[in-house]
Amino acid sequence: MNIGEWLPRLWQASLTTVYMVGVSTLFTVVFGLPLGVLLMTTGENGLKTRPVLNRVLGFVVNLARSLPFIILLVVLIPFTRAVVGTSIGPTATIVPLTLAAVPFFARVVESSLREVPRGLIEAAQSMGSSDWQTVRKVLIPESLPGLILGVALTLISLVGYSAMAGAVGGGGLGDLAIRYGYQRYETEVMIVTVVLLLILVQGVQLLGDRLAAKVSKK
Amino acid sequence: MIKLEKVSKSFNDGKAAVHALHAVSLEVGAGQIYGVVGTSGAGKSTLIRCVNRLEVPESGRIWVDGEEITALDPAALRKARQGMGMIFQQFNLLSQRTSAENIAYPLEIAGVPKTERDGRVKELLNLVGLENKADAYPAQLSGGQKQRVGIARALANHPKVLLSDEATSALDPTTTDSILELLVDLNQKLGLTILLITHQMEVVKKVCDHVAILENGYLLESGAIFDLIADPSSRLSKAFFPPIQEVLLDPSAIQAAITFLGDAADEPILASMMRKFDVDVNFLGGNIQQIGRRRVGQLQVELKGDQVPEALTYLQQRGLRVEVRK
Repeated sequence: MNIGEWLPRLWQASLTTVYMVGVSTLFTVVFGLPLGVLLMTTGENGLKTRPVLNRVLGFVVNLARSLPFIILLVVLIPFTRAVVGTSIGPTATIVPLTLAAVPFFARVVESSLREVPRGLIEAAQSMGSSDWQTVRKVLIPESLPGLILGVALTLISLVGYSAMAGAVGGGGLGDLAIRYGYQRYETEVMIVTVVLLLILVQGVQLLGDRLAAKVSKK
Repeated sequence: MIKLEKVSKSFNDGKAAVHALHAVSLEVGAGQIYGVVGTSGAGKSTLIRCVNRLEVPESGRIWVDGEEITALDPAALRKARQGMGMIFQQFNLLSQRTSAENIAYPLEIAGVPKTERDGRVKELLNLVGLENKADAYPAQLSGGQKQRVGIARALANHPKVLLSDEATSALDPTTTDSILELLVDLNQKLGLTILLITHQMEVVKKVCDHVAILENGYLLESGAIFDLIADPSSRLSKAFFPPIQEVLLDPSAIQAAITFLGDAADEPILASMMRKFDVDVNFLGGNIQQIGRRRVGQLQVELKGDQVPEALTYLQQRGLRVEVRK
């Protein structure tokens, strides 16, 4: 393995992974947070119980979560093309990555919000809060540490999913490991990539833990 | 100020409907401290939660300050709730907000501008004696301090009514006393009407002027506390003065409980009764208690002699309440 030749490639692949995972996480939070709030508030003991809507949402979320990512990647090709104009490359990968992570993150949000004691919700209601105010000023701030850990968890899952991005020419560290390390038997490349992924995952977890602890006033 | 008319509520626990409230009616006058007592499961928590409609009654009507709470649409209900404060056993403070931010919450909900909010929060912190804890988070406060924040929060929007849901049940006796003193103080200073529920008779004794007893969803008795105590057969009176074991020392004697309130406690009425009538009095027991700001006493005696009925009538004429136990 020639370091001088590999370093730029590894750097490029790392940047691609960070880009894919970072942007998909951003979109995941944007779509997953409201979905999670909706799952919690329409559910049993929620702010506005809507059993039918809740069951439909729950079913769709479970359906999306039960599809293997590699299948989702292929199934979504037409949709991806419609959204970003192409179905190959890192940017195109962001669409399936986001769609895979949204249901996962929504469940994480739902369970974090459920941790907020019932009494706090009632106290907010007794002061005349609307449902929206209760969500914005009580549920989300009170579960913020849990939500931050949920984002870290989602980031880490996305790092794993992104390894399959090579299937649609997405690139990134996982792709590098499969093409060079596995298919061409260049073990050193494999090891270096895995170490880089490990550092990435550890870093995200550590950062998430630190931030959650800093934010928590409990 | 608060009026309940035949309020009923039942819960469905899967199979059978459990009745929490059976056609409960009661009226809390402006400026009163009204206590609802009962054991757990008596329905008192359901009752107080019906007043601000955290629990929706199945039938019956409820008014607060002339407004029929049971008839309001959601938006009007939210508005009405801003005019009622509520405090809780578990305090229910937002853990991610400081004391000051917790107290500011109801003001934010009511749309009070930021500068006005800050001033009001300062006022409220002073009112509950926590001016130096403005920036502390609930996790850094003791139970009593948390409840003070809860009280300040409940009073933020100048409510006329304070609902207290077992507010002192999670506190030690000394802290309970200080919180109760604060409630009485607020009642007098602000003319605040307080409806409180509790399972502690001590709380009723210390602060309430009116009381209702709830059991299995039925309102057994209600009224001004001294009227109830003055009637030795009332449940309240029996709770304050538990009857002494009814072991009759002499089968021909009569056992009686004599209750005296206020002025009557200072006169030697019993002594003059013994001089006037041919009766022997055997004291079985008795005690005097401070209830609110008045003293109430009860003696349990055994009377013997030819003139027992006349003697008892004499006591009643002098304003004492007499209950013959046998």
